Amino acid sequence: MRYLPLSDGDRAEMLSAIGVESIDDLYADVPKSARREGLVNLPKAQGELAVERHMRALAERNTPAGRTAFFIGAGAYRHHVPASVDHLIQRSEFLTTYTPYQPEIAQGTLQALYEFQTQVVMLTGMEVANASMYDGSTACAEAALMAARVTKRKRIVFSGGIHPHYLETARTHCTPMGLDLVAAAPAIDGETAVCDLVDDDTAAVIVSSPNIFGTVSDLSAIAEKAHARGALLISVFTEAVAFGLIEPPGAYGADIVVGEGQSIGNALSFGGPYVGLFATREKFMRQMPGRLAGETVDADGKRGFVLTLSTREQHIRRDKATSNICTNSGLCSLAFTIHMTLLGAVGLKRLAELNHEAACALADALSSVKGVEILTPRFFSEFAVKLPKRAGDVVEALAARGVLGGVAFERLAPGAGMENVLLVCATETNTEEDVARYAQALREVLG
Amino acid sequence: MSKRYTKDHEWVRMEGDVAIVGISAYAAEQLGDVVYVELPGVNKEIARGADMAVVESAKAASDVYAPIAGSVVEVNEALNEMPQLVNEQAEKDGWFVKLRPTNNTDVLNLMSEAEYAEYVKGLG
Amino acid sequence: MTYETTSGNRGLLQAEPLIFEHGSIARTGVDLAAPKGASRLGALARKAPLPLPGLSEPEAVRHYVRLSQRNYAIDLGLFPLGSCTMKHNPRLNERAARMEGFSDLHPLQPISTTQGALALMHELSHWLLELTGLEAVALSPKAGAHGEFCGMLAIRAALAARGEINKRLRVLVPESAHGTNPATAVACGFIVDEVPATEQGRVDLVAFKAKLGDDVAAIMLTNPNTCGLFEPDVKEIADLIHAAGGYFYCDGANYNALVGRVRPGDLGVDAMHINLHKTFSTPHGGGGPGAGPVVFSKALAPFAPAPKIVTRDGAFELVERAGEGAVGRMCAFHGQMGMYVRALTYMLSHGSDGLRQVAEDAVLNANYLLARLKPHFNAPFGGGEGEHAPCMHEALLDDTRFKAQGVETIDFAKSLLDEGYHPMTTYFPLVVHGAMLIEPTETESKAELDRFADVMIALAKRALGNDSARMKTAPHLAPMRRLDETRAARQPKLRWKPTEAASIAAE
Repeated sequence: MRYLPLSDGDRAEMLSAIGVESIDDLYADVPKSARREGLVNLPKAQGELAVERHMRALAERNTPAGRTAFFIGAGAYRHHVPASVDHLIQRSEFLTTYTPYQPEIAQGTLQALYEFQTQVVMLTGMEVANASMYDGSTACAEAALMAARVTKRKRIVFSGGIHPHYLETARTHCTPMGLDLVAAAPAIDGETAVCDLVDDDTAAVIVSSPNIFGTVSDLSAIAEKAHARGALLISVFTEAVAFGLIEPPGAYGADIVVGEGQSIGNALSFGGPYVGLFATREKFMRQMPGRLAGETVDADGKRGFVLTLSTREQHIRRDKATSNICTNSGLCSLAFTIHMTLLGAVGLKRLAELNHEAACALADALSSVKGVEILTPRFFSEFAVKLPKRAGDVVEALAARGVLGGVAFERLAPGAGMENVLLVCATETNTEEDVARYAQALREVLG
Repeated sequence: MSKRYTKDHEWVRMEGDVAIVGISAYAAEQLGDVVYVELPGVNKEIARGADMAVVESAKAASDVYAPIAGSVVEVNEALNEMPQLVNEQAEKDGWFVKLRPTNNTDVLNLMSEAEYAEYVKGLG
Repeated sequence: MTYETTSGNRGLLQAEPLIFEHGSIARTGVDLAAPKGASRLGALARKAPLPLPGLSEPEAVRHYVRLSQRNYAIDLGLFPLGSCTMKHNPRLNERAARMEGFSDLHPLQPISTTQGALALMHELSHWLLELTGLEAVALSPKAGAHGEFCGMLAIRAALAARGEINKRLRVLVPESAHGTNPATAVACGFIVDEVPATEQGRVDLVAFKAKLGDDVAAIMLTNPNTCGLFEPDVKEIADLIHAAGGYFYCDGANYNALVGRVRPGDLGVDAMHINLHKTFSTPHGGGGPGAGPVVFSKALAPFAPAPKIVTRDGAFELVERAGEGAVGRMCAFHGQMGMYVRALTYMLSHGSDGLRQVAEDAVLNANYLLARLKPHFNAPFGGGEGEHAPCMHEALLDDTRFKAQGVETIDFAKSLLDEGYHPMTTYFPLVVHGAMLIEPTETESKAELDRFADVMIALAKRALGNDSARMKTAPHLAPMRRLDETRAARQPKLRWKPTEAASIAAE
């Protein structure tokens, strides 16, 4: 077996050095009845060529986004990622290392994390950020839990524009802790309306801008109302590129900003691995979940970086930890930070403008199709449209024409009474031909 | 009045009708470099033995329990900027909390300085 | 002797400032066409310009390559970090994950266009169930701790279905457990009750029995445990917890010792998470991403969360909503697909026979190191002099022999940095004072193990000799000297800020 260096000769020599007869002696504590001699329903070892062939055959049963006219967003975005990003994250020293617990031999990871944290702070307009979470949805759940710790309250209010998967994920994570989740019904432009649900027991208001329907909102009034009741404002995003063009939540007075970082540096990869971004105010720093890289000096007085404030974490605080998270999303945050460094302020702004422009062109093209209505009043790169028939059926019919035309909102939130609503998205990867092809296909399907 | 101690290494010293509470020099040494102290809010009512504060060193975090019941009248704000006071002057400027005792005689149930010294010796 | 250099570089090691110190907000490493139209965002547009610095591509490539050279990695050498299973990461797995059909696939594409992805998830599930002898699997948890959370939520859901959730709140956790276990139990709304260990490093069966009762929800047991030992009473523990109406959660962190050889299902386990980034070699990436699928017994299978893969008429379907009473969604979309691809590639490469060999070689390598090091270190559970009490896939030593010299575990760890090794896990498990937990994994050759053992033995001799002062100030040869963690925690600096002079200049 190509990955196992020991030879039978080595094994015999080592067993004898240990002073046992056979490998079975080392498994002496395992009950005999539980020792398996072989597993019949699984194949035997194979060489690289055979395994690669098998995996390629599976891959070829999928239709990659790039082979279609592709307009799906709703929490994961297709962007062009510079070739150097993937090259750099595949370097052995980044790919095959562990969480930087030995800072003297992990400054590469630690400095990159420190830079990542700073970039997230700048992007969101906040004051501190952690070294990443699993993804946007779990970051959102952790933000709700953190708000409950900070305010010592249990009621969490969600706007009607939250990604339904994020809301469900928050329910899974917060309910066992006794939190009371209140969610407004899905609404295209419902962020401000959430203020009516805030009361004096509310720990946090969770809004999203752009929201799942693409609507961009001014959050300052919501921040004001939340704060007047002693609640925190949590702002969630799924498309980080948006902040190249729109006002970031920090500028509106958000207390915690969380979101999905996939769209910068990371592939679609059928939903994961992605990278959760988590930023907050300095005064809440010690209530923040997840790992943190911080600056310090070594014994010679040279600047270096370490993981810090680790006493909040599970391996030390055990049953009093702020969260049970160990691993974060290190390599995905590295991809994010490298891509962000390549973009810089100039590149990110330009990228955001191109995405917005592509979406505007798409909206213009689709609104020219009979029976199609654009629902989203103000959008960055994605928006909702109302179709004259069930969106799920239209999606399938479009797919048969080589157009992946969006996500039926019903797939994310069945029973919400929005069966005819389709979520669409455009990015810099879409050409004018893609847009024309989509409009034409939609005309055919709606006939 | 001299200081009194608990088995969890808190000390109490009465100053008028207020009890000053901190952790012992022995405990501070065991913890290593203290980096942060989480203090309770003023006016908070704390039962005897309940969580009163959290003291964090670079590698560990420990709960500090109220040695007697009482309400918080003052917390040592200096610890926010200089947590090292807990290491340097554990039983003086490194105090944590001033409590108004619910019951003035509670403190008498704690160990005396000599008893505590003996107790610590027993911990090896 | 140390020589100072003018450049700040030291031979191959290049000095590298932060991007904020040498980048510029006017520079970029991408070429994007200028937009043709105007923004329709009006007052919602960003007001202040972003302060993000950019670098050109050659500068960016150098920046990250230079940073990378300050990292230790498995590809550089033995990484004996106990309970972390730092094994070789095959590059075929990376190639497979980057196949267009997997990497350029949106999670919400129509199911008809993602049949290969669903087939892969189905095949991975089959492997996990066959290997563990259990009934159902939840693939979506994002990491080990997240899988643990999912497994304990399933137990919570099962208790709720029995109408006992308000009665059974106590979760038994051995005191040797990793900190995630108690943290997870609390995150699920349970109360933690610690079970002591025996002097042999195993669960104290008498104490365990005494804690059983109709208010017990589950036991969370790591097996092999954190001392690197198999719990010989595991079946009895399982029978007892079941008889008491509770469930058996097994922390699968140490599954590498058992894969292909022992099936947790045969031991009475009800739920176990599997760290794909440990046992199945997906890269650790400097702290994630991981993946923590959970396998369930028949009793817990109905409570597994969505998504699930089912087959109908030869096609795969994705069930995106679990039934009433089951655990809710663990995350957006369907979990760590990129990790599923890598793990399945690894499984197919090894086959069932190769995986069995993985477990055996991992155990053999650890025992070999234990045998070589035992004459020089105290091995708390390694057996008396002249006998060998076997460990599983990791060997546990401690620093008691060096007390008189004042040399501690941390000094061994930092001295290993000078010798070009990543240290073992230190000061864990907590039940052993000054613990050193060594997990070599199966992908180390005998020659590599011998080299490492020679270094450890030389360090033990140094600690006992009159040259031990050098160990207290190590590392001397690593890219950095010992870092001041106290300072970092007392005055946290968690992000770069412009100096006052620079920010005035910028205006």
